[in-house]
Amino acid sequence: MAARTLYDKLWASHLVQEREDGTALLYIDRHLIHEVTSPQAFEGLALAGRAPWRLEANLAVPDHNVSTDPEERKGGYAVMKDAVSRIQLQTLDENCERFGIREIRLADRRQGIVHVIGPETGAVLPGMTVVCGDSHTSTHGAFGCLAHGIGTSEVEHVLATQCLVTRKMKNMLVRVDGRLGAGVSAKDLVLAVIGRIGTAGGTGYAMEFGGEAIRALSMEGRMTICNMAIEAGARAGLVGVDDTTIEYVRGREFAPRGELLERAIAAWRGLVSDADAAFDRVVELRAGDIEPQVSWGNSPEMVAPVSGQVPDPAAIGDAGKRAGVERALAYMGLTPGMRIGDIRVDRVFIGSCTNSRIEDLRAAAAVVRGRRKAGSVKQVLVVPGSGQVKAQAEAEGLDRVFVEAGFEWREPGCSMCLAMNADKLLPGEHCASTSNRNFEGRQGHGGRTHLVSPAMAAAAAVAGHFVDVRRLAN
Amino acid sequence: MRAFTVHTGLVAPLDRANVDTDLIIPKQFLKSIRRSGFGPNLFDGLRYLDEGVPDADCSRRPLNPDFVLNQPRYQGASVLLARHNFGCGSSREHAPWALDDYGFRAVIAPAFADIFFNNCFQNGLLPIVLEEKIVDKLFADVAAREGYALTIDLERQEVRTPGGERFGFAIDAFRKHCLLNGLDDIGLTLQQAESIRTFEARQREQAPWLWAG
Ligand code: SF4
Repeated sequence: MAARTLYDKLWASHLVQEREDGTALLYIDRHLIHEVTSPQAFEGLALAGRAPWRLEANLAVPDHNVSTDPEERKGGYAVMKDAVSRIQLQTLDENCERFGIREIRLADRRQGIVHVIGPETGAVLPGMTVVCGDSHTSTHGAFGCLAHGIGTSEVEHVLATQCLVTRKMKNMLVRVDGRLGAGVSAKDLVLAVIGRIGTAGGTGYAMEFGGEAIRALSMEGRMTICNMAIEAGARAGLVGVDDTTIEYVRGREFAPRGELLERAIAAWRGLVSDADAAFDRVVELRAGDIEPQVSWGNSPEMVAPVSGQVPDPAAIGDAGKRAGVERALAYMGLTPGMRIGDIRVDRVFIGSCTNSRIEDLRAAAAVVRGRRKAGSVKQVLVVPGSGQVKAQAEAEGLDRVFVEAGFEWREPGCSMCLAMNADKLLPGEHCASTSNRNFEGRQGHGGRTHLVSPAMAAAAAVAGHFVDVRRLAN
Repeated sequence: MRAFTVHTGLVAPLDRANVDTDLIIPKQFLKSIRRSGFGPNLFDGLRYLDEGVPDADCSRRPLNPDFVLNQPRYQGASVLLARHNFGCGSSREHAPWALDDYGFRAVIAPAFADIFFNNCFQNGLLPIVLEEKIVDKLFADVAAREGYALTIDLERQEVRTPGGERFGFAIDAFRKHCLLNGLDDIGLTLQQAESIRTFEARQREQAPWLWAG
């Protein structure tokens, strides 16, 4: 058989039917559901008198709207201040109950961001096809899964048929050779990739990440990278399976056990691109060249190394690009050519499906230990990605490190990543954020987001402006 | 789903690259559990001068006079002319819902983000990819002539200008068939129930661990 990429293999093993025009029916093994993109899908299902095709393939969890305030969470829906959000959350519960879908409820200790709990519970396994009505479903590609976001009509389609109507993407390989330096993380790596290829660079591709630097990453780091493949335009990110993957999966709640696990592992070993597989596009980076990154504009490709500067539109020849940069600088309230290190921050957000896992919290805590939040910083939110992450962090004493530094330790949820709950920026405020999108208004009307790694966010919280975390450590 | 055959409509130009779905419909409106009613909040942050909150009466809000859709000459537009990477970011189908609810039937751009592109088809909203230089030309033509309208003929896969030019566009045969006939994807897929069951039986045997959890 001809050499195949990992994506080719995942595609072929899930193909139910291929049509002449290239569209295909693809079988979906795991469907993750949250409260924002599902109500209209359940309504459509009910109106058509349809039932879910395969109940056990679905797993639901509330995350986008939930309050992260510990007091509000203790009281449950009864004390929830935002009535509109409460209706959406209750609608998820009702729909899951009505259709018989497994849901990890708000009060469950495993509750968390859908892309954190999927892998953490073992609901997501290597070799699966995984979809969710959320673009950051690309996260799960870290497990050698074909995972991508879908719209609400497709959520309904998957519920009703266990299949997706789709067409095959092209193959892209992002190869990162060498090793990341100390203080440089997976987040910096993926921001550097997006800075290089742009937010549409991966449109139409499944984006596999390979090379020594990727192999050296933990599953947490690989998830961070695949999470942001969508910010480079690629619906799906991918990393081949290796021992790191298998060790992570072993023993998880929904993962296979015993002899079945051994059989699965034997199959999972094949979930890598063949050595001589052909990719439609290859991008190469050297890990050693990558510095900690900070985004300065309203698109994740508008990013610079921490030692760098905000661009000067006057130096940009292309009129369209220049207008884009001018608009971003005006929105962000930055002066052309100013140093990244001179940007002051008002709030800091450590969380989101990009960077709210235990390793992220450890990295932030390592920077903060023995230090305090700068007086000029109004608020630092630390929002663990799930109940399990929260419990682990507390067992390690990380919560105390944060609280002693003047940070707030919250309950799991999406929080200020998209500000659908009370965690928001005020107009004009700058935020060092470990999330994935710096779009206008994303973290609150008029808010100004700078995307960074957890260590860089913690360093900014301590300094009051962006600093190279590697220098702070010395 | 509403069928799309031939549509002639006023064109509104949105001259900005990388328009993300947060910009098309901001997150506070995603708390709705309905599929309709998003039109008044389409491009909310660009269109109004105040901050939009769910369920507010938009007819009383201060409009941003600089935003293109607020200009008198573009009232009633049903074809949106856009730039590179339109619809990037979040997978929210609320974006095509809002465009549709506002009255748009088609969006023309040099490139779309993948998820948004798919979501449009599910809602009878036609995303049309035309070459960058054609899009540039259309932007110039729209600016030059008030009341500029385009005709979109799905059957023939072409966009026709008032001056008689024709620009062909590509579309999957399956998508085209569904749009022309207003067909529901789910019903069509369920006609393949037998193939799905056969696939499942085979996978159950070959990869039983996928059926254990
Ligand atoms: S954390 Fe942010 S990006 Fe992730 S699922 Fe929640 S809202 Fe989406």
